[in-house]
Amino acid sequence: MDTSTIRSIKELPPEENMLPGTAACAGCGGLLTLRYCLKALGDKIVIVNAAGCFTLLTIYPFSPFRNSWLYTAMACAPAGAQGVRDALDILIKKGKLDPEENLKVVVLSGDGSAYDMALSSTSGAIYRNLDFYYICYDNEAYGNTGFQHSGASPFGSRTGTTPPGKEVPVGSQLQKKNLFDIWNSHKPPYIATVSPAYPVDLMNKFKKAEQFKGPKLFISHIPCPPGWGFDPSRSVRLAKLSVETGLWPLKESVHGEVEHTYVPKKFKPVEEYLKEQERFSHLFKPVRQEDALKSIQEMVDEYWKKHELLP
Amino acid sequence: MGKEMLTGNSAAAWGVRLAEVDYIPAYPITPQTEIIETIAKWISDGSMDASFVTMDSEHSMITAAGAASATGARTFTTTSSQGLLYGFEMIYTVAGWRVPLVMVNVSRGLSSPITLGPDHNDILAVRDSGFLQIHCETCQEVLDSVLMAYRLAEDERVLLPVMVNMDGFYLSFTREAVEIPDVEKVRSFLPEYRPEHAFFKAARPMAQGVAVLGGDYYSYFKYQMHLASQNALEIYKEVCDDFERIFGRKYEVIDEYMMEDAEYILVMTNSFSTLGKAAVKRAREDGVKAGLLRPRFLRPFPESEIKNALKGKKAVAVIDQNISVGKGGIIYSEMAGCLYNEIDRPLLLSFIGGLGGKNISQKEFEFIFEKMISASDTGIVEPPSLLYTESELEGITKLKEIAGKE
Ligand SMILES: Cc1ncc(C[n+]2csc(CCOP(=O)(O)OP(=O)(O)O)c2C)c(N)n1
Ligand code: SF4
Repeated sequence: MDTSTIRSIKELPPEENMLPGTAACAGCGGLLTLRYCLKALGDKIVIVNAAGCFTLLTIYPFSPFRNSWLYTAMACAPAGAQGVRDALDILIKKGKLDPEENLKVVVLSGDGSAYDMALSSTSGAIYRNLDFYYICYDNEAYGNTGFQHSGASPFGSRTGTTPPGKEVPVGSQLQKKNLFDIWNSHKPPYIATVSPAYPVDLMNKFKKAEQFKGPKLFISHIPCPPGWGFDPSRSVRLAKLSVETGLWPLKESVHGEVEHTYVPKKFKPVEEYLKEQERFSHLFKPVRQEDALKSIQEMVDEYWKKHELLP
Repeated sequence: MGKEMLTGNSAAAWGVRLAEVDYIPAYPITPQTEIIETIAKWISDGSMDASFVTMDSEHSMITAAGAASATGARTFTTTSSQGLLYGFEMIYTVAGWRVPLVMVNVSRGLSSPITLGPDHNDILAVRDSGFLQIHCETCQEVLDSVLMAYRLAEDERVLLPVMVNMDGFYLSFTREAVEIPDVEKVRSFLPEYRPEHAFFKAARPMAQGVAVLGGDYYSYFKYQMHLASQNALEIYKEVCDDFERIFGRKYEVIDEYMMEDAEYILVMTNSFSTLGKAAVKRAREDGVKAGLLRPRFLRPFPESEIKNALKGKKAVAVIDQNISVGKGGIIYSEMAGCLYNEIDRPLLLSFIGGLGGKNISQKEFEFIFEKMISASDTGIVEPPSLLYTESELEGITKLKEIAGKE
């Protein structure tokens, strides 16, 4: 792949490396992200997958992919990537495998795996400077088990295990973990946040990442119609709103240096994003939870203030 | 290369070196650590051409090992006790990948209470996973079993991972004279791994470990594993014949000691069966027709060999170095299951001993033979007993007194 920058959606490669007809929900933002990622990565890859919604993309004897696939478990896809990468390297070194047969190794996991259960194996893989790509599709909960709270669930959200009630009207009382910063503290060569509503930004980040040997990490904020509670047709709009409200900053880190790749000219109020989703509806009715709404907005403002990017 | 004094751990490391393994992901745990340190040293000084990586946990280690094996590299890993349990989830997963990984487990009792001494609750906890299990009595057997394990695992009629088990401390740190085979001879026994089956490469995309929907597919795959595991016994016999031809040492799926005319049989596994063999010899001197049967394989379970060996015997005492809490000895249950449909079956007695490395004394063996003889005289089999001597209890009581506990 050449490393020149793509400027418009028309310049995205037309080849599809993931074919339609999967078990994912209609409007799944993660599937859209994956489709773009695979355009960027090509088909000479092996995806090492952790338990999650996307485990059900390959169901025996069918696969929607042109590439190879290894399902590991929820806690250890990065360790699986280590085994595959090391084996390919040593087989090529010993002349047992034609270098033409080499593959890029790609971890694919949800946020539950990435933020919680696989944090240790991910830390290990980054620490060992494993040459791999890691794609986390972040729907902010354990999706495949029916949307329970994960370390990525935002403050104020309803999940199966943080139901708003009389004692806890706000739903989740915890703040989303900052996975980008956790990863960045390991100083890998490349980390990016992406969004399926910004495919050009996504594609260029993959192109840029390609020049680095070592861990190349991507978190995509992805709308999940059944979990978030919205009509599948509004998926891309919601992905866009999470960026336009400043909730999901699009940025990258090269050897620890963070830069934002897109800053909205004018930030929309977070309420515009929140009110579209069932999982935040308790913040608006039967009574407006003014404090909670205010603190969500403040959290976003603080982030951009800290980075001196608030207009 | 001749004989050298090797610990069980270094014998395992020699097996790995001679098998010309490509890849070793590792994580330390007593009493296994010497294996990975030995291999790390060889790789560092250039005497072994392999890639070694220390992982963040056994869960990750077993995943990486299985994944490398699925990519076509000859792979080794090793653990013990809590480490094996920490990787338990991936033991099942890797077996389901049908990859020829060889793993050494150095048995150690499980927490809690935490201990370093050996027993077999660790390895037996994973017995239903699909890994084949070879249990070793001597350091030589450890080395030889690692080589045979690769032959077996890589055979296209098997394609299942193998665990080679040895007792912590009693074997891991005991030096014995071990014949280190010549590398050229090893090559003729165990050729370079050239996977013909599922593995990853660009020209042939492949999905491994995929989801199935519904019990039909799931049963199909599990049954395939079961059949492959059963195949392994026959194929192991071929492997043993080749091994004997090349190296002159003979192994079988069960080890029989003074069994021919024996009437009272001890069933034991691993290094404590050496104690059992000594006890058999002494019992013979006292005129008791004693013998010992040691299953080398616990998975697959060598049912027909065991049935044959025990035909016409008067009584069999199974000494379990494990305890299935709330049930009793695990191998006793396996033996009972194996013999149940035999019309002419011996009486089966159950003893639990050697937990956490507790010694089994000559007196206790005598007690076991007495129980077997009286059971066969009266036809009455007493309930399972835990071997624990008067003086051991006194020792504990004294310690409690010193610590100020009643
Ligand atoms: C060890 C273990 N615990 C629990 C599960 C059950 N489980 C399967 S998928 C899943 C949710 C994963 O959530 P996430 O990583 O966010 O991915 P998503 O389902 O949202 O795609 C869980 C908890 C499992 N597979 N393994
Ligand atoms: S539950 Fe959500 S993340 Fe999972 S497939 Fe459906 S839309 Fe995608």
